[in-house]
Amino acid sequence: MTTKDIINPANLVYGKTKLLTENPMHYCPGCSHGVVHKLIAEVIEEMNIQDKIIGVAPVGCAVFAYNYIDIDWQEAAHGRAPALATAIKRLQPDKYVFTYQGDGDLAAIGTAETIHACNRGENIAIFFINNAIYGMTGGQMAPTTLEGMKTATCPYGRNTELNGFPLKISNLLAELDGTCYVTRQSVQKMASIVRAKKAIRKALQNSIEGKGTSIVEFVSTCNSGWKMSPHQSNKWMEENMFPKYPLGDLKDTETVHKGAK
Amino acid sequence: MAKFKGAVVVNTERCKGCELCVEACPSHVLGMSDQVNSKGYHYSEMKHEDDCIGCAACGYVCPDACITVYKITI
Amino acid sequence: MEDFKLMKGNEAIAHAAVRCGADGYFGYPITPQSEVMETLMELKPWETTGMVVLQAESEVAAINMVYGGAGCGKKVMTSSSSPGMSLKQEGISYIACAELPCLIVNVMRGGPGLGTIQPSQADYFQAVKGGGHGDYRLIVLAPSTVQEMADFVGLGFDLAFKYQNPAMILADGIVGQMMEKVVLPPFKRRRTEDEVRQECPWGTTGKLPNRKRNIITSLALEAEVMENINLKLQAKYRDIEKNEVRFEAHQCEDADYILVAFGSIARICEKAMEAARQEGLKVGVLRPITLFPFPTEEIKQLTKKVKGFLTVEMSAGQMVEDVRLAVNGAVPVEFYGRMGGVIPSAEEILAVLKEKLIK
Repeated sequence: MTTKDIINPANLVYGKTKLLTENPMHYCPGCSHGVVHKLIAEVIEEMNIQDKIIGVAPVGCAVFAYNYIDIDWQEAAHGRAPALATAIKRLQPDKYVFTYQGDGDLAAIGTAETIHACNRGENIAIFFINNAIYGMTGGQMAPTTLEGMKTATCPYGRNTELNGFPLKISNLLAELDGTCYVTRQSVQKMASIVRAKKAIRKALQNSIEGKGTSIVEFVSTCNSGWKMSPHQSNKWMEENMFPKYPLGDLKDTETVHKGAK
Repeated sequence: MAKFKGAVVVNTERCKGCELCVEACPSHVLGMSDQVNSKGYHYSEMKHEDDCIGCAACGYVCPDACITVYKITI
Repeated sequence: MEDFKLMKGNEAIAHAAVRCGADGYFGYPITPQSEVMETLMELKPWETTGMVVLQAESEVAAINMVYGGAGCGKKVMTSSSSPGMSLKQEGISYIACAELPCLIVNVMRGGPGLGTIQPSQADYFQAVKGGGHGDYRLIVLAPSTVQEMADFVGLGFDLAFKYQNPAMILADGIVGQMMEKVVLPPFKRRRTEDEVRQECPWGTTGKLPNRKRNIITSLALEAEVMENINLKLQAKYRDIEKNEVRFEAHQCEDADYILVAFGSIARICEKAMEAARQEGLKVGVLRPITLFPFPTEEIKQLTKKVKGFLTVEMSAGQMVEDVRLAVNGAVPVEFYGRMGGVIPSAEEILAVLKEKLIK
């Protein structure tokens, strides 16, 4: 059996989902965004909900998410995605609605929209990419930037006296009665990717079952902003990000609304 | 116990040379080519194809969905 | 037998919204317009027509909810007052660029800053010249009666959907708070999902196999692409200017002097006009109803016959600039305004007219 014999559609085990468009993704080589986009597209295909789902894209590196996953999308102003999603879901309750946001979008400018959508228990899924930096605008400090971490706007390292503390936003959101599922995942190795994909599916399933708001935080790398190789970024993330933002479920409860559809 | 034999095909034009697949492969099948694609990236390719077990770890970690994985049982 | 009801302008907006088949209202309390949302909450339209009514956490959130809903092709609206309208400017710019229909109601209060809860007309610039960034325009309707508050909801939505552009009802605090007789519009049902897909094929209603994915966005990084978007918007605004001008003229045919005013102030000007006529002065009133598109052509025509215009506003003088542009120096254009919520009287206006124009 040669390699040529094995490469046969009958033997296909894994390939690009057709819900990921042919457009080459503009993300940096090794960027976590690509993996998460891929997983979301795979889940939508497996759940067979391409015609029933609307995504809300952020301002940030993923501003062009709508070029990569073949579903209906709306591009939100910076931080406002949960407000758009609130209306899209309430006006079209039979649809799946999710937001895809970075750490600046969700936890800086969008903090109010994030907290209040969660507090209302909107039946949406929030996919949160936390790489502790503002990638698109050139690597500035984010609310989730770690103490001592160097970025373009804290070139000597984040100083808690000057800049405050890394914001563990998911912990705050888990405290809100409106959230039913809050989890931290990562996508740097196969086992984590398999778990992350399950979390995405669970979040979308929760939303259509009217259980309240689900948040999946993906602790991620930004090898450009961190000025490392993709391989080094994975290691740095495991050694530094995971202790501050530990993986696992912060919350997983039953329906938060009485009488939810 | 069943044994698997696999093979992967890399979309060399889509590959950005991030090398995460090389790192992820448990059988050290993949490596970076000396050649570059039209964007100037070295792409990954099977260097030791006989060792591939079709586990798809490379496919899973690829941020650009470049890798198609095939597997047979022998 | 017409069914008159007695209610505040703000309440009329709420009733009209339900009756014209609106799909959603998203708002935040601020004086002097909180009755809009309060009335909607009392009406509970989610139990009758299925309309969504939601109190958002801020005016910023509310306008972005309108954006999301409008992007689905839904008939959605928000209301606020001056400081809250400032917060909405970002969202309005996005909505205008994405070419989405929606209705925004501003019940103006005195400013700038936190200001006062008393009425004002000082958001004219913000509404008509674009308070948000970039080259865009709102279709702006200025009601002067509670009846117009009710009627302009349906009209505003119709224009918004006709041109895929946000429309605004620019009301002053007087017409928002005063009570008058009103005949509410007849009930029109909300559109079905299929009707929405039909009327708004660009909406994010879920990508069916028979079409490409719909993307609602205002982002275009390539300069030529962005310019083309702007050219398209400008062509639309020229269309609106050609087809949608609305105004009311009182005794302008033989007038020597014309008072130009919008909203409640136009009604006070009518009283000044009547007093002037009693004294043998030939005075008329021109009341623009659409502030964008402005009745430039009508003013140009009047310029040929009159000796001068007096523009009266509750501001430091904003609409007067558009009057001056239309008159183009042919005859004097004077201005009289009160600020901070002070309402000018008909006597004051007539005195100023005499002093500044009829010398």
